[in-house]
Amino acid sequence: MTLFWIPLLSLIGSFISAFTGKLSRNQSTAITLVAPALALLLAIDHAPAVFAGETIRSTFEWVPLLDINIAFRLDGLALLFVFMILGIGMLVIFYARYYLSANDSMPKLYAYLMLFMTAMLGIVMSNNVLQLWLFWELTSISSFLLISYWWHKSEARKGAKMALAITGGGGLALLAGLMLIGDIVGSYNLDVILSSRELIQSHALYEVALILVLLGAFTKSAQFPFHFWLPHAMAAPTPVSAYLHSATMVKAGIFLLARFYPALAGTELWFILVGLTGLATLLVGAYIALFKHDLKGLLAFSTISHLGLITLLLGLDTELATVAAVFHIINHATFKASLFMATGIIDHETGTRDMRKLNGMWRFMPYTATLAMVAASAMAGVPLLNGFLSKEMFFAETLHQQLLGSMSWLIPILATVAGAFSVAYSARFIHDVFFNGEPIDLPKEPHEAPRYMRFPIEILVALCLIVGMFPNFVVDGMLKTASSAVLGEAAPVFEIAIWHGFNLPLLMSGLAVCGGLFIYTQRKYLFQFQASLPPMNAKKVFERTMYNIVSWSRARINAIENGSLQRYLMLMFIVVLVSAGWPLFEMSQLVGNMEPTPIDVHNAIGAGLLMIGAIGTVIWHRTRMVALLMISVVGLMVSVAFTRFSAPDLALTQLTVEVVTIILLMLALFFLPQRTPKESSSIRVLRDLGIASAIGVIIGSISYALITRPLDSISEFFIANAKVGGGGTNVVNVILVDFRGFDTLGEITVLGIAALGIYKLLINLPLFMPGSDSEGRPWAKEKYPLLLASISQSLLPLALLVSVYIFLRGHNLPGGGFIAGLVTAIAFILQYIAHGSNWIAERFDVNYRKIIATGIAISLATGVGSWFFDRPFLTSWFDYFDIPLVGKTELASAIAFDLGVYITVVGATLMILASLGKVTANAPKEEVNI
Amino acid sequence: MELLYASCVGLLVACGVFLILRARTFPVVLGLTMLSYAVNLFLFASGRLTLNKAAVLGYSSDYADPLPQALVLTAIVIGFAMTAFVVILAIRGRSDLGNDHVNGIVPEKKGKA
Repeated sequence: MTLFWIPLLSLIGSFISAFTGKLSRNQSTAITLVAPALALLLAIDHAPAVFAGETIRSTFEWVPLLDINIAFRLDGLALLFVFMILGIGMLVIFYARYYLSANDSMPKLYAYLMLFMTAMLGIVMSNNVLQLWLFWELTSISSFLLISYWWHKSEARKGAKMALAITGGGGLALLAGLMLIGDIVGSYNLDVILSSRELIQSHALYEVALILVLLGAFTKSAQFPFHFWLPHAMAAPTPVSAYLHSATMVKAGIFLLARFYPALAGTELWFILVGLTGLATLLVGAYIALFKHDLKGLLAFSTISHLGLITLLLGLDTELATVAAVFHIINHATFKASLFMATGIIDHETGTRDMRKLNGMWRFMPYTATLAMVAASAMAGVPLLNGFLSKEMFFAETLHQQLLGSMSWLIPILATVAGAFSVAYSARFIHDVFFNGEPIDLPKEPHEAPRYMRFPIEILVALCLIVGMFPNFVVDGMLKTASSAVLGEAAPVFEIAIWHGFNLPLLMSGLAVCGGLFIYTQRKYLFQFQASLPPMNAKKVFERTMYNIVSWSRARINAIENGSLQRYLMLMFIVVLVSAGWPLFEMSQLVGNMEPTPIDVHNAIGAGLLMIGAIGTVIWHRTRMVALLMISVVGLMVSVAFTRFSAPDLALTQLTVEVVTIILLMLALFFLPQRTPKESSSIRVLRDLGIASAIGVIIGSISYALITRPLDSISEFFIANAKVGGGGTNVVNVILVDFRGFDTLGEITVLGIAALGIYKLLINLPLFMPGSDSEGRPWAKEKYPLLLASISQSLLPLALLVSVYIFLRGHNLPGGGFIAGLVTAIAFILQYIAHGSNWIAERFDVNYRKIIATGIAISLATGVGSWFFDRPFLTSWFDYFDIPLVGKTELASAIAFDLGVYITVVGATLMILASLGKVTANAPKEEVNI
Repeated sequence: MELLYASCVGLLVACGVFLILRARTFPVVLGLTMLSYAVNLFLFASGRLTLNKAAVLGYSSDYADPLPQALVLTAIVIGFAMTAFVVILAIRGRSDLGNDHVNGIVPEKKGKA
């Protein structure tokens, strides 16, 4: 299980480092370094097993039914990346301590860096492809945050946005690809996918899945033609560029290619797509790098070119090419990260990165210059350095491929040309910056960097040298393990040697070095030629495209969303009409085969009153008071209907809610305009009548079809178990507080939230206080009628008694928390009406928010309580006790739950009405006319 | 009786929808209330219509379906909370916007004022 800890430690480290703002810079750095150091120790602890050929796995089941688990695995490839991510990450953190100025927030950078580290570790160690994708997206997001670290700079914001758009878009393609693969294989588990090569490649959708996955990989690794985001990402602080945009994140795309190599590679399409993309990127990157005057720009295009090289190697059909790819991943990370750090020092100590100004730095910073020159030589592929070895392997492999059929001889030639350009820009990096005359008006007086700022570079450059001189002692084992993980079989026999004798690859290297130096000497003409080309600004093209997409979408949205609620509602009703009506036309017979019940006179009268009420409401809807009376008739008839059709609990609830609703609406009348103007044109009335009647007919028909068909209900279970399992005879109440207690808990929570929302809406309400009614008659000055006041006061204890009775009997007879709560609330509302809220506040000063919270807490606590007896949430308990004087009594935990319901209902109802009533009571006395 | 019941549900839906499509907030609130009556009746009837068979054990031999009743009971209470919320929203909207039109602005009259 210790595998979890590697990404988890880094995540914890991210949170911790975010809170180191109060500490000194050294302390902050030291604390941030703890987590990756521990993670690195853990990884080293696992290393022997991995080197022995084991794959370590650990899985935490999450949603096993959907095959979604949190799963990690560690094999050779993952281990290599874990070492790189943690090792270079620690160096970068150390370096950033000296790089950041006093004005920059160090905890912010560290927190983002560690978050990014977590995401990268997650990618390389995931054993579930959906989880892999999740971490993949997290790298895009954390990279966005890191590029925009200097958010006040426009180029940083734009660069961050571009990187997010490109890599995020690629991430979506990747998700689609991974889901396709998951669908083909029948599992999202990486182990299963990697061993299903035949199944995937023989599937009809293989090509689609491959292209989608490659899109994800290519956008992330800045492959041509998606490469343009990487140079713009250089707006990030240099430690970030060193870490994300050369050593790790852009390698995530390469990692993906390597990871899925056993499952997806081997087909013609793979070699063509991967190989040619890599080749194009290699050439384009190497060529453009030469012309960049910005040091970081040069390094960015060089990175693109080297990523292309690795991609090309993965697209070559030989096993040794894969070994070379893995080797170059390691080498590129070391020399490129050190070059970025050296660039950071130069920028830091001179104030510029422009190579036209930077000259002759050797005199000012000889130490840094030496380090940078060694690293740049490794980049160029000079012997005795690590870059030479992998480049030599690369040249050798280009000679053993058939990528282009009979034209395959082109590839070694093009590789040599790219090699020559790579020598040329490396030469420029060394010569232009450190020699080539005197510096030209630098913003700062240059000097050597602080001692420890150079320390991370020293380590990386030392690695370049050691690997370059003693490859077999240092990287042989790692390379074998990682390559066999990529190939899915034992690694081929290979020998890394500095001297292979005089052969073709050596000749190619020699040609590249000579050619490169020649290109560099002739650079003046090349620069002139480049300047004569029409300018290509990827940023402008990108921004114009984005702008067009956004404005196109905005135009579509504006066409649909014109701000008219009436229109949205109409459209929604039409959708309801079509989708609910359509199946009815496909049904052969509306009426079911149940025996119809005869209509008796009571029902007929009830239905008649209900219809009169409904139609009356519509007719008089502009006469507010009449409409209110009419709708209350409907509400009463509905509760009568519930009584009639064997639902006493519903009838009681409906009746009490009806009272509260009507009081609420009466209160609302005071705040809303007294007259509703006649607004709708006759055509609109006709149209709305048409829609309304059509929906009414459809819903009525569905209802008729439903209730004339026999019912096969699951309620038998509830009826059979209400007494034996829930301890109550009122099945409806037992369902509410026991069988479906979780639903009820959710519902009272919603009730509480609605009440709180209302409370919030009424705070600071600007008031319209009408001074007179619509006909100009002033309001009555009489405040509270004496008769009502005295009667209501004496009614209160009685009403409370009734509600207690209803509450207690609820488990066995109609009643329960909801109804009792409403009865209590009405009793109090009557006091409010009779006396006013100030009178109540003097006597009964409670905070309804606290009451609601108490209610929900009680219900929740009953649920949680069952955990203490090792039962699932909300398991109920009941038993019978002999209590003196009372007799044999049942006590059930459900009654505590119902008590919570009761309190919540009382609190919410009173809060809604009392806060509205209070608005008028506390309002300033001046009267405002509308 | 089923036909009568279904007709009532249909009529309530029709009246509710018509009121919801009105332009001022108060009729819309009435419409929502009406529609929630209809929805409650509709859901309740999915347990079929039964006379004198309340689901209280020991009072009859055959019981009405208690499940839709339990669902509708909470629906009534939540429906009240939602109605209340809409009412308060209407009041707030009226005082912030200065009118009670559902679109937030009173359309200008075409032709004669």
